[in-house]
Formats: sequence, structure tokens, C-alpha cells
Amino acid sequence: MEKRFIYADNAATTAVSEEVLNAMLPHFRTAYGNASSIYKLGRDAQRDVEEARDKVAKAIGAEPKEIFFTSCGSESDNWAIKGIAETMAKKGKKHIVTSVFEHHAVLHTCEYLAKHGFEITYVPVSDKGLVDPEDVKNAIREDTALVTIMYANNEIGTIQPIEEIAAVCHEKNVIFHTDAVQAVGHVEIDVKKQGIDMLSLSGHKIHAQKGIGVLYVRKGITLPNLIHGGAQERNKRAGTENVPAIVGLGVAIEAATRNISEKAAVIIPRRNRLIDGILQLPYTRLNGDREKRLPGNINISIEGIEGESLLLMLDQYGICASSGSACTSGSLDPSHVLLSIGLKHEVAHGSLRLSIEDDVTDEDVDYILEVVPKVVERLRSMSPVWEKMMNGEEVK
Amino acid sequence: MMYSEKVLDHFSNPRNVGEIENADGVGEIGNAKCGDIMKMYLKIDNGIITDAKFKTFGCGAAIATSSMATELIKGKSIDDALKLTNDAVVEALDGLPAVKIHCSVLAEQAVRSALSDYYTKQGIDPLPIVGEIKEPEE
Ligand SMILES: Cc1ncc(COP(=O)(O)O)c(C=O)c1O
Ligand code: FES
Repeated sequence: MEKRFIYADNAATTAVSEEVLNAMLPHFRTAYGNASSIYKLGRDAQRDVEEARDKVAKAIGAEPKEIFFTSCGSESDNWAIKGIAETMAKKGKKHIVTSVFEHHAVLHTCEYLAKHGFEITYVPVSDKGLVDPEDVKNAIREDTALVTIMYANNEIGTIQPIEEIAAVCHEKNVIFHTDAVQAVGHVEIDVKKQGIDMLSLSGHKIHAQKGIGVLYVRKGITLPNLIHGGAQERNKRAGTENVPAIVGLGVAIEAATRNISEKAAVIIPRRNRLIDGILQLPYTRLNGDREKRLPGNINISIEGIEGESLLLMLDQYGICASSGSACTSGSLDPSHVLLSIGLKHEVAHGSLRLSIEDDVTDEDVDYILEVVPKVVERLRSMSPVWEKMMNGEEVK
Repeated sequence: MMYSEKVLDHFSNPRNVGEIENADGVGEIGNAKCGDIMKMYLKIDNGIITDAKFKTFGCGAAIATSSMATELIKGKSIDDALKLTNDAVVEALDGLPAVKIHCSVLAEQAVRSALSDYYTKQGIDPLPIVGEIKEPEE
């Protein structure tokens, strides 16, 4: 077996595409103007920023003036949640509804607000990793300021019933925000049709660079200014525009949303082959609904082994994968997402997430399906937990 | 997170993986927080550890420290093995990231737990010799 290099961690980040890089490069050395400057070099930069804004707006069915560039998905989430919290608190509304398995950019923001007088309701998710709109409806109160539910989960890839959730929010006159960082470019999004009031997205998940994000804010919603200073982003977020990154994001989102279904048609069969292949191993389970999931997401728990050592061994075979979320790798706790769908601690510890795109070929899939069982068998052979399981002993 | 070359080497080619049949001392220790578990097997002749093997369910550092700990005590006297500290294991591995220090404590305690079992099997109260076995806290 010849060693390959397979990047199967696109949910963590993606490579900047050639198309994006080529669009960005002139903005470093030649078209480097400040978008606020009066001369042509500045006006050109301004034009390019606005062109990118148009592209982002078009990609999600919004209007350009509803698009605000930020420095990342986390910033967008923070701004949306803390901003609405601040506005609504003045009206005596200090309650927020979210779900138990949000990204930390949402969860930790909510926890912060909880320390500052807000009440947070965390709706549960089913064992398939889906939020029930009925639960959201029941959680909404008179004093609910905001509902924020992610579009697609970053670990198990489950796609939430966004339109239904938006509908229950509007029925009760509550603003609805969604973290769509993992969804953009993989599922069709139309904020107007789906009734999304606010949406966060991030460039580095769709082949733009790291450190660029967007917050879509439906017109009519007033959000407090995030950064005070210059007049950039319609006075709301000061700071000289990161023109290369913004231009890159425009090109990236256009490309990512151009042929969503064609890409899915290529990726889904490969994803399914990976899922079915890995599930052939005994004591494995697929995490998250099989149908309502992102085309490239595979998340499987493999009992008797631990995630980090699995990843390190896969790395030796040139396979880049993840176990839970990259952001939590510094912590010892198992993923809150896997616990939220009812996994026991020790099962959650042994999970494997692969997030593939169409560059992962059928041969790559064969290779992964050859390597994973080998590595799992090796780790299980040295695992006292596996030994106990095989002896029929209770594993704590 | 950065693992040293030594850690990666002991992870990829762990020394002394496996079990010892009729071991003279077997110890198992776990960390409730991260869920990792180490099992250590010792063969002891005349107060000398003639063989040591391990099985570990855990992170890369847990496997590497198990491997290094068995290397460090093989051929040593029980007294020397009792002096093995997690710091010595970390040093022998050219360091560990801060969040992974507890993995080396697991290795240290696994050795002690196996020695404790050895004394118990000999009909000797291990407590005054080995001391208490602590499940490492994070
Ligand atoms: C669902 C979700 N939300 C937010 C983020 C944060 O995005 P960023 O890394 O751009 O801050 C990520 C990715 O890390 C994510 O997967
Ligand atoms: S993370 Fe707990 S032993 Fe390594």
C-alpha cells in the first residue's frame, strides 16, 4: 500500500483555492489602496469590497447592505448574540434560546451573558442530533430576546430544520440567528425564503483565508456598533477593511455556492462508502442522522479506543482527520456534541470525524477504508478497555 | 499541540506492549476525567523487575508514557522503580505539553499500582512501602 496524503478535515479548515488566491494577490502589492481614500487606488479598493459584498449577498439571498464583514465566524456569532442582547435588554428582554450542541463561539457567548443577568434556555437535541422546532417554540417566553440555533453541526454534520425554527420564532416575534459556518457552500441557503434574521459565516471553511467572516443582519434589525472608530461597515464595525481577505471571500462564496448539488452528487456516494465501510468494524456507530447531514461529514464512534491516538496513527498514514472539534483538543472533556446526543463518555472519547470534499477520490476512499481498520485493530489490541469489553466485563 | 519526537517515537513504536502471563504484579489505573486507562504487568525475580508490559487505552501521551515507564523500570530493583516519578518519565520523553502532564502521572501510578499488587500477592501490606495509589486529578 503506497502512502497517500489525504486531507479529510475540511470542517476544521480548508485550503485557499487557486481562484481565490489569484483574486487576492493584486490587493497586496498593486491594488493596495485604503477603501476610504478619495483617489482612484482607494476607490478601486472600495469598488472591490462592494463587489465582494454583492457576491456574499447573492450567495445567501440577502441584500448587500445587510452584509457586514467581520474578522471570523466567532466574531459574527459574538456580535449577533451580544448585540441583540444589549438592544433587547433595554426592552426588558433578557432571555435567550439556543441549543445544547452549538459551537463554543455561541455557547461561551451565552455563558458570558448568563453571568451578566441573562437567562439562557438550552433546547436539547435528539439522539440523531436534530433540534425539534417544537422545543424551540416551547422555550420562547415573553422576555425572549433571541433564538440562536446552528444551521449544521460542526462535529456530526446534522442539518437543522432551519425554516421551521425560523417560523416558530416569527410566530412569537423573536429574532432568529443561525451559525451557518458549516453549512454555507454545502446546502442551499436563502435567508429571505427561510426567514433567517441573522446569519454567521466564515471564510476559511469555504476556501477563503482564515480570519474573515460575515454577519448578515436583516434590514430593520438594529445592532449596536461592534468596534468604534472609523465609518467602515456602515459605521458599525470600524477598522480599515481587510481588502484581500474580503475580495477572496467574495470569490470563494461564489464558487462554493455555484454548484452545490453537483458537488453533493459526487461527495455523497463517497461519504456513504466511508460510513458503511467503517461501520463494518464491530462496536462502531454513526453519530448524527444519516440523511439530514452535510454531504461530506462522517462521524463514527469506535469503542475501545481513544480519539487522539487514532488521529496520531492516521497521521502516520497521511490521513488528516479529527475527533470532535479541533477547538476542544486542548481539553480533556469529551465533546459536548457527542454527549448531547446521548453517548457515554468513553464512547464519545473514541470518535472519528472525517469531512471530505470532492477532491477526496474513490481511490482515497479505498485507502482510508484500508487504513482505518488496521489502525483500529492495532489500538484495540493494546487497549485494556477493549479487552474488558471482549471479556464481557462492565466498562465504567 | 506539540509532541516531541521522542513522544511520537514511543507512540508509534511503543516498547513492551502486551500482557505477561502469571505476572507477579498487575496494576490498573484510570483518570476519571479524560477516561484513559493504563494496565501494567510486572515480572519480579529476587526484587528485580525482569519484565514489564502494558496495555493502555488513551491519548498519544498516555501510550508514550506507558512505553517509557516500562523501559525505565525494566531490569531495575523494586526500590528504584518505586522512585520513578512522572517528572522522570516526562524528562525521558523530552517533555510533554502542559495539558498532558497528567498522562505521565498515570504512568507513574500504574507502576506503583502493579508493585502494590505484587506485595499484596506476597502477603505483605503494600501501604507502608508503596504508599497510596492516587488516581491523578486534573
Ligand atoms: C459551527 C461553527 N461556528 C463557528 C466557528 C468559528 O469560526 P471561525 O474559526 O472563523 O471563528 C466554527 C469553526 O471553527 C464552526 O464550525
Ligand atoms: S489525556 Fe488523559 S491520559 Fe492523556
